[in-house]
Amino acid sequence: MPDRPTVVYQYDGSYEGLLCCVFESFARKERPAAIRPESGEQLTLYPQRIIRTELSKARRVEAGLRNKASNQVYRMVKLGYYTCCEEKELLLLDFIRLAMRHGRSVLSMLAEDTVHELTRAVRSLTNEAHQYREFVRFSIRENGVMTAVIEPKHFVLPLITRHFCDRYPHEAFVIYDASHCAALVAAPGQCAIIPAEGYEEPEAGEGERQFRALWKLFYDTIAVEGRENPRCRRMHMPQRFWKHLTEMSQATGDSRALCAKCVPQKDSK
Amino acid sequence: MITNKCSNTVWDGVPMDLFDKLRILADSAKYDVSCSSSGVERSSSTGFRIGNAAACGLCHSFAADGRCISLLKVLMSNACVYDCQYCVNRISNDVPRATFTPKELAELTIQFYKRNYIEGLFLSSGVVKNPDYTCERMIETLRLLREEYGFGGYIHAKAIPGADDALLSRLGQLADRMSVNIELPSQQSLRLLAPNKSKTDILRPMSLIRSRIVENTTELVRYRHAPKFAPAGQSTQMIVGATPETDYAILNLSAALYQKYRLKRVYYSAYMPVSNSPLLPAVDTKPPLLREHRLYQADWLLRFYGFSAGELLDEKHPNLNPYLDPKCNWALNHLELFPVEVNTAPREMLLRVPGIGVKSAQRIMAARRAGKLDFAGLKKIGVVLKRAQYFLTCSGRMAEGLKVTPDRVLQSMLSGRSQQLLPALAGEPEQLSLFQHEVTREDVVKCLTGQL
Repeated sequence: MPDRPTVVYQYDGSYEGLLCCVFESFARKERPAAIRPESGEQLTLYPQRIIRTELSKARRVEAGLRNKASNQVYRMVKLGYYTCCEEKELLLLDFIRLAMRHGRSVLSMLAEDTVHELTRAVRSLTNEAHQYREFVRFSIRENGVMTAVIEPKHFVLPLITRHFCDRYPHEAFVIYDASHCAALVAAPGQCAIIPAEGYEEPEAGEGERQFRALWKLFYDTIAVEGRENPRCRRMHMPQRFWKHLTEMSQATGDSRALCAKCVPQKDSK
Repeated sequence: MITNKCSNTVWDGVPMDLFDKLRILADSAKYDVSCSSSGVERSSSTGFRIGNAAACGLCHSFAADGRCISLLKVLMSNACVYDCQYCVNRISNDVPRATFTPKELAELTIQFYKRNYIEGLFLSSGVVKNPDYTCERMIETLRLLREEYGFGGYIHAKAIPGADDALLSRLGQLADRMSVNIELPSQQSLRLLAPNKSKTDILRPMSLIRSRIVENTTELVRYRHAPKFAPAGQSTQMIVGATPETDYAILNLSAALYQKYRLKRVYYSAYMPVSNSPLLPAVDTKPPLLREHRLYQADWLLRFYGFSAGELLDEKHPNLNPYLDPKCNWALNHLELFPVEVNTAPREMLLRVPGIGVKSAQRIMAARRAGKLDFAGLKKIGVVLKRAQYFLTCSGRMAEGLKVTPDRVLQSMLSGRSQQLLPALAGEPEQLSLFQHEVTREDVVKCLTGQL
């Protein structure tokens, strides 16, 4: 493999497309200077090579990884594709080269730079997916459909699909990912992630607003005065999530005022 | 069919007094620390219409005090007939009283659950009329949720001390986790402050729950579909700082609870002054938050790091060092065991190195199978080298350029906040220490004499 990169790969941005780039790189015994999805137009001095997506090639890379390394290694690659770290394509290419050489033990080479970078990116993805299992907030429309908007850094929808379908097996719901313009749409017994653009949350109905107020009331009440710890709260629930959190939105104000007129607050404060 | 009727009930509007009830009953429940939803994995496909449970637990929000909100934590009622001095809901306290009906509470839980606000319900209660009646109301709520709404989410139920065994068993079949609060760390304190409760009142339901859980596991081996009993185990809570017990006594009690009663968690709650009682610390006392923090750290060492209570504290040093975390403190007192070699040390020893946690120990074990580790590699793995470097060698060598002086080691062990607590150390740059050297060391030693 020549040391000096001579070419930039361009692919269609799909997962299979990326695997085809890997195939191309192995076939030509070269390491491209960069691998770019089509949309990301960037000027470059290197000649570009457009890689066509062919399912058969992608399958061969997949089979190679599963056989030469392991299913876990393949899963790592797939998760790596969902992360949104810079130059993830090259990182994945390097990782796959290592995996082909070292086999399944590549996953425990944690002190190796490429493996370290990829594990870190994937950990950041899975952590964010975990956070979105917690921080998605649904609004229930008059027709019973539940909707939510999220703005994740990584593409977490595939990682949270199973959880939410299992959680609400008899409901219809939509989770719109505003940063990647995609939506998870689910109805009893089926679900899909589809590209979607420009979705906007409609105004909440009366019942919905009541429950939001109840939740905000609970949230404000449950904190123990005398133990305020804003740093700890920010650490566990970073501010970038607050925008879509019902209890953190400023619109509803301090909910305790809502019912202060009914029962005066006494003692124990 | 009752089932359908119930699930179709939609509230046309939320009754206004529900706001009041929620405010009063959440306010009374907030001093219960436990809010975890962990310990049980369940899919809705096992016959539930809504809801699942993840073994790792999910925290849906974090309150202004930084504690997680995982469950809808409320009391069934705060109209308690007992008079425990440390409790806001004691009968002699003049606070507004409220009681949920089982239907209201079940509906509220489902509505919150659907919006992904919560993972389930944490249900406790003041003692209304008598323990049995209270327990029956709680059972009715859980039954509604499980059987009529088909709710498969997480339920944590408080066992009411003094309630009939049959009722507690029924409660345990509906709930995922049960807890009985031990409240105070010794019998004397309990007698003094909670005249209506006795040690046996508390320990009896605890051992009942333990034996039902044990029975249940053997049943499950025989019949796969045997009804589960509190599959996420039981927990308890005690108040720290209201009574004179030492940390040593508290840790020994916790260790015994973990071993004898197989508890999943013991929670510690720094005493928040809620009463003018002459038996308790004055109302303007600050809650001992740092002490609570150190107790939790020690508790983790007991459960995940293989420490025993006797290793951390003893009769002569009955309290945890406020400036150092218990693991650093232990390591500084056992320097003869260090440094350990990263590439060969057993897991138990790696876990005892300050700066190496359960996860990084696990990663070290995996990574060193693939090749020798050096300090740069350790950093990538996630080891906190600032603390760990003084206790480790990589292939027989200490970190390059590392100067080991007692001051420096100590300073690395102190967290930023501990350094602020020790004024002589705060913000003092390394270069200037030539001049102030003596003072610093003296101060530090003075502060730490109890332990070092």
